[in-house]
Amino acid sequence: MNIAPAVIAKGLTKKFGTFTAVDHLDLEIAKGEVAGFIGPNGAGKSTTIRLLCGLLRPTSGSASVAGYDIVRQPDIVRLHIGYMSQKFSLYGDLTVHENLRFFAGIYQVPRQQIPERIAFAVSMAGLEGREGALVRTLAGGWKQRLALGCAILHRPPVLFLDEPTSGVEPEARRRFWDLIHTLAADGVTILVSTHYMDEAEYCNRIALIDAGKLIALGSPGELRRHELGGQLFELECATLGATLAAVRQAPGVIEAAIFADKLHVLLRAGTSGAALLARLAAQGMEAGPIRAILPSLEDVFVQLVSRRQEAGP
Amino acid sequence: MNPRRILAIAYKETLQVWRDPRSLAIALLMPLMQMVLLGYGISLDIKHVPLCLYDQENSQTSREMLRDFTASGWFKTAAILDSNRAVRAAMDNATCIGALVIPVNFSRVLAQTGQAQVQAVFDGTDANTTNIATGYAQGVIAQTAATFARRWDAQHGLRPPTAGSINLQSRVWYNETLDSRNFIIPGVVAIILALVGAQLTSLTVAREWERGTMEQLISTPVTSTELLIGKLSPYFLIGLLDAAFCLLTAAFWFHVPFRGSVLTLIFTTALFGIVVMGIGYLLSVRIHNQLGASQIALMLTMLPIAMLSGYTFPLDQMPAAIRAISFLVYARYYVTLLRDEFLKGSSLTEMASSIAALLAYAVAVLWLAARAFRKRLE
Repeated sequence: MNIAPAVIAKGLTKKFGTFTAVDHLDLEIAKGEVAGFIGPNGAGKSTTIRLLCGLLRPTSGSASVAGYDIVRQPDIVRLHIGYMSQKFSLYGDLTVHENLRFFAGIYQVPRQQIPERIAFAVSMAGLEGREGALVRTLAGGWKQRLALGCAILHRPPVLFLDEPTSGVEPEARRRFWDLIHTLAADGVTILVSTHYMDEAEYCNRIALIDAGKLIALGSPGELRRHELGGQLFELECATLGATLAAVRQAPGVIEAAIFADKLHVLLRAGTSGAALLARLAAQGMEAGPIRAILPSLEDVFVQLVSRRQEAGP
Repeated sequence: MNPRRILAIAYKETLQVWRDPRSLAIALLMPLMQMVLLGYGISLDIKHVPLCLYDQENSQTSREMLRDFTASGWFKTAAILDSNRAVRAAMDNATCIGALVIPVNFSRVLAQTGQAQVQAVFDGTDANTTNIATGYAQGVIAQTAATFARRWDAQHGLRPPTAGSINLQSRVWYNETLDSRNFIIPGVVAIILALVGAQLTSLTVAREWERGTMEQLISTPVTSTELLIGKLSPYFLIGLLDAAFCLLTAAFWFHVPFRGSVLTLIFTTALFGIVVMGIGYLLSVRIHNQLGASQIALMLTMLPIAMLSGYTFPLDQMPAAIRAISFLVYARYYVTLLRDEFLKGSSLTEMASSIAALLAYAVAVLWLAARAFRKRLE
């Protein structure tokens, strides 16, 4: 069995004129992994996926997918991948069955296997009985699942999904992620981008991307525990603004920010929450209680991005 | 090149044309419409030119002269007038485009001298029509004059000269009836095929870009040659069917004589179809927008074909520079071939140079089209 990573990127860079969309990205995704690309709009997620699919030519750096070089062997790469673009891109004027039939032909699915694969895709998308419906008449969730069905007709070992759940209602999003995990259990490597932070939790590994740069890589648990370089506390207080100012002056505080009606305070390891409370009380502030919490991925992301911005370009 | 992928694309394309009212209209209605419009609408023959008559003399001779005019079939009497002012008014308000004025002493002068003059006035606004009408008028006058001359000779006891006269025995080949329709309709077939072919294909790739389906398509292993063949083959069949419809209409409805070989006709039509469709496809690949691509396709096909293919405007009458440009207009070869096949029944060797030119164009366009498509988003 081949245990080489399914996707390898080395110094992958893409410039559009003077704008650098992807900036020296290094990445390895293991076989059968569900890897998430997380980042704000315009962070370079789509560009990276398009580079890996051979739809764009990198400005510098290299990458391989399923063992094939994306610049020198783009057509072999395309045989081994499934791709779902951010914008829905099936044929609206063809029926569900006609779309599936078209992609089965394009991907040269063996003839005798076509009925079975199409039946599988239809049932996966929950479109039984609607095979004859024109695709443009389908609701968003069905369209997305059908697009996934088309992308996996040829059983590709690597699947690229670019914001597959954007604009889809929560129930349909959950169903979609169930499908992704079913595929991963069969050994398919999946790279999926999203800007929904809650979806990041469904991934085995997350790549946080901002302004074309990879800023953190790890499992959701790893990122939450280690990336911040300290312990996160949640502090209740009466006057948010004044307390925030005071907290920022306190020793051992790496970062503090308002989260809804509370403060989130990141303390250097070895600094205790009780000490902070005592200091605030000495300054005559009404604050407390304080308790250690596990940061959400959003916390981690916001922290890492703001630190990068402070560090300057 | 994989036949299954080509087939998948061709089938998908057929379904899309079938479900797209705009493409369907271009494929099915346009040939019919154009054939009727161009077949009936364009005629270089002029019959029943409206003519006003002002007979100042009103003698037996002058009436005989006017009768000859109306009997010729070229003219019809629009009005009979009685003053020069009325002639001017009739010309001004376009009651007629010509007026025939017979002077007051016409028959007297003719009887005395054997020579007389009549005046014909024409509206020169439409120079072409006037030219032809003037020619007709001269023809009628010449005939009448000959009749009068024979009569005068007989009255004066002269025998017509037997020596020194040359008789013109004119015969027209290929288009014996000199019907301009026989000349124009084969060209109409070229116009229609170019219009339909380039319009349909100019939409095909641009549509994928416009609707965002291209991104999915280029992420698949499909090659640019497969895309070219898969996409063009349904349109090629549609184009051949349209051409067959037009050619049959030309032969059996408009009765344009057909004297060539059907096989050569099919072959040259297919070549021409490949050229126009290849051009439409090239534009569609380059311009990622259906409207833009179809507009430019219209400019690149209709304009040069209408002006420089020799379809209505005779190429040998054009200035040398423009005639040189016309050699670049691929349609001129097809229009020439169509006339050769319909009217002349030329042999293959006679048509070889035109066929070779068309073939060269077809190969070049296909070569460019197969290379034009890049499987990248940039």
